[in-house]
Amino acid sequence: MEAGMVTPAPALVRFSGIQKTYDGEHLVVKNLDLDIRKGEFVTLLGPSGSGKTTTLMMLAGFEVPTHGEIYLGGRPIKNMPPHKRDIGMVFQNYALFPHLTIAENIAFPLSVRKTSKAEAQERVKSALRMIKMEGLAHRRPGQLSGGQQQRVALARALVFNPQLVLMDEPLGALDKRLREQMQLEIKQLHEKMGITVVYVTHDQSEALTMSDRIAVFNDGVVQQIDRPDALYEHPVNSFVAHFIGENNVLAGTVETVDKDYCRVALAGGGTVTARAVNVSGAGASTSLSVRPERIAIVPGGTASDGPNRLPAKVRNAIYLGDHALAVLDVAGNGEFMVKLQPGAHHELTPGESVFITFRPEDCLALDPV
Amino acid sequence: MTNALLTGADASTEVPLKRRLRRAERARQVKALALVAPLLVFLLFTFAGPIAGMLWRSVDDREVRQVLPQTVAALADWDGKDLPDEKAFAALASDVLAARAAGTIAIAAKRLNYALNGFRTILTSTARNLKVAPEPGTAKETLGKINPAWRERATWTTIKDAGGPVTGFYLLAALDLTRNADGAIVAAAPDQAIYRGLFARTFVISLSVTLLCLILGFPVAYLLATLPPGRSNLLMIFVLLPFWTSLLVRTCAWIVLLQSKGVVNDSLHWLGIIDEPLRLIYNRFGVCVAMTHVLLPFMILPLYSSMKAISPAYMRAAASLGAPPLTAFLRIYLPQTLPGVGAGSLLVFILALGYYITPALVGGAADQMISYFIALYTTETANWGLASALGAVLLLATLLLALVYGKLVQGQQVTGGMKN
Repeated sequence: MEAGMVTPAPALVRFSGIQKTYDGEHLVVKNLDLDIRKGEFVTLLGPSGSGKTTTLMMLAGFEVPTHGEIYLGGRPIKNMPPHKRDIGMVFQNYALFPHLTIAENIAFPLSVRKTSKAEAQERVKSALRMIKMEGLAHRRPGQLSGGQQQRVALARALVFNPQLVLMDEPLGALDKRLREQMQLEIKQLHEKMGITVVYVTHDQSEALTMSDRIAVFNDGVVQQIDRPDALYEHPVNSFVAHFIGENNVLAGTVETVDKDYCRVALAGGGTVTARAVNVSGAGASTSLSVRPERIAIVPGGTASDGPNRLPAKVRNAIYLGDHALAVLDVAGNGEFMVKLQPGAHHELTPGESVFITFRPEDCLALDPV
Repeated sequence: MTNALLTGADASTEVPLKRRLRRAERARQVKALALVAPLLVFLLFTFAGPIAGMLWRSVDDREVRQVLPQTVAALADWDGKDLPDEKAFAALASDVLAARAAGTIAIAAKRLNYALNGFRTILTSTARNLKVAPEPGTAKETLGKINPAWRERATWTTIKDAGGPVTGFYLLAALDLTRNADGAIVAAAPDQAIYRGLFARTFVISLSVTLLCLILGFPVAYLLATLPPGRSNLLMIFVLLPFWTSLLVRTCAWIVLLQSKGVVNDSLHWLGIIDEPLRLIYNRFGVCVAMTHVLLPFMILPLYSSMKAISPAYMRAAASLGAPPLTAFLRIYLPQTLPGVGAGSLLVFILALGYYITPALVGGAADQMISYFIALYTTETANWGLASALGAVLLLATLLLALVYGKLVQGQQVTGGMKN
């Protein structure tokens, strides 16, 4: 290799042209190509039935791809049985072995690898220390709370230093507060140990919190793979814009396109300037996407002031603790939401006519829904 | 003021609260009791009652006492070292005369004959030859003349031992034990010691049947638990099919299949595999085959229910952690089926212990189990004491097994067996 030449780190996991069907008629996963680098935390995010879990199961070896190949560390693993893949997995319902103690559960992957007793004991001990459960080594899984069981499942999947760790909605069964705490713990573990994680969830806030990159699945196709902030700020289509975070949708028709921006005539009246992200050209119908926190409410003025100024009617103002939400009627959309400072909701009365305004760069013209 | 009021209220409501709870619970308990009452009464009369009666009969010994009351009373003080004194002989003569008049000699003779072979003859010959009560002081001589056995100590010891009202005689006999003339417990004579062998045979047959059921039933239960619901339901019908057929019919079907001119032998002969018909029935093989067939569902059902409760995620987890399929099965799957294995084995074993019809129909003389002898003593020889004693020993063995199993299962539950 020549000095100074930078080669991209080779992918640890590579999905190449993967297709999967269960019934021979419908593809659950349609032509998936995905690279996961070493040390990355990648989340497969999508609604149920989008193919994300099937993708994970193919990687773990519990499902066989109908077409295509999966590479792990450069080796094809399509026909490799799961126990030879050296992949740790955390299951949705933990799947801790009920007849073994916590210590025995964690020692299981070591004992099937014929690790020496002394070393296994040492590693189980440090794994228990990592999850702060040294005192519970001799309990059975049934005697632990959900969060504790989840930690044990995590320790068990990590204790044999697998080259890859898979997590299948591991926090789905926990309550909200515990879930958020565990998200941070898993994230810290990932950073501390430098492990590669593939994480499946349908919870977008979980994905945003934890991931280096998120692959948004829908209908068997990866819609977009990107960093969390890029997904939020620059969704490539309406599905991603709608699935990640809160989103207001306004239907309209493109009038003119000028480089990155376009003029859109709204179906409910009025025209706005929007960033042309996913429009085919003048005359095409489009869905505009505006985030609730990028909109300002102005009490007076006329519709002609500024580029994006629309008349609105207040339907409701809701206090939500750390912020408030105004629900407006804008251009035929009766559930148009605007995020306000807490307390600002007092200034709005239902039925009041106001104007809303937002910057053109915060309004995305996407494919019609 | 309010404080005092509150604590006062607390103190006064504490006891009434408990009482109120009890009162509230009582209605529920009465309702629950009313629901099970009919079954409870039924069981009391048809189950608990007969078992208590059987246990009682195994120690009950009042026949001799009723027929020879004076003799038993006279022997109460006898030390058993020498022949009893004249008083006992006179009492016996008086009893025999009274018993002959009442026609009850045979009852005592039967009971005494169990303990001492030939006692029937001693007693009947005495009754026959003793025309009148002997003169006072000559009873010993008179009886000794009628039957020299009265000059032997053992004859009198037998009567004393059988004097009741309770005895360990039958229970000892059921374990091939007896009391010698000195009252010590010794092994029974070899020609009478058959019951330990019988119990051993009963246990060996039951154990073989249990093992066969486990070996044959485990894969079926696994299939049932892992197949998709539609096909597993169909398979379940086949498993349950034997339940819908009479036990007698199923056993007779085996006779048709296995006899020397039966379906199996004819087929093997036709295929040229054998020249002479194989002996498949009226031996141990036939008994084990027929009993295994009858008892298989009792093994499969508990196994199935324990396997159904094992989430497939466990096997996936084991595989993802690096366990090859066999290791995962042995270390993760099998231990979780153990409660089912235990329940099924215990059920089959206990049911097999009491099997009567099947061995009687398809077994040879050397394959009869303890139940056969219990039935024999009950219906043929009317030796209720021994039949009850054999039943009691069997019951005790079964209870011990159930107890051991209970301990095992309890241990399992305390230390694990929980689902998550």
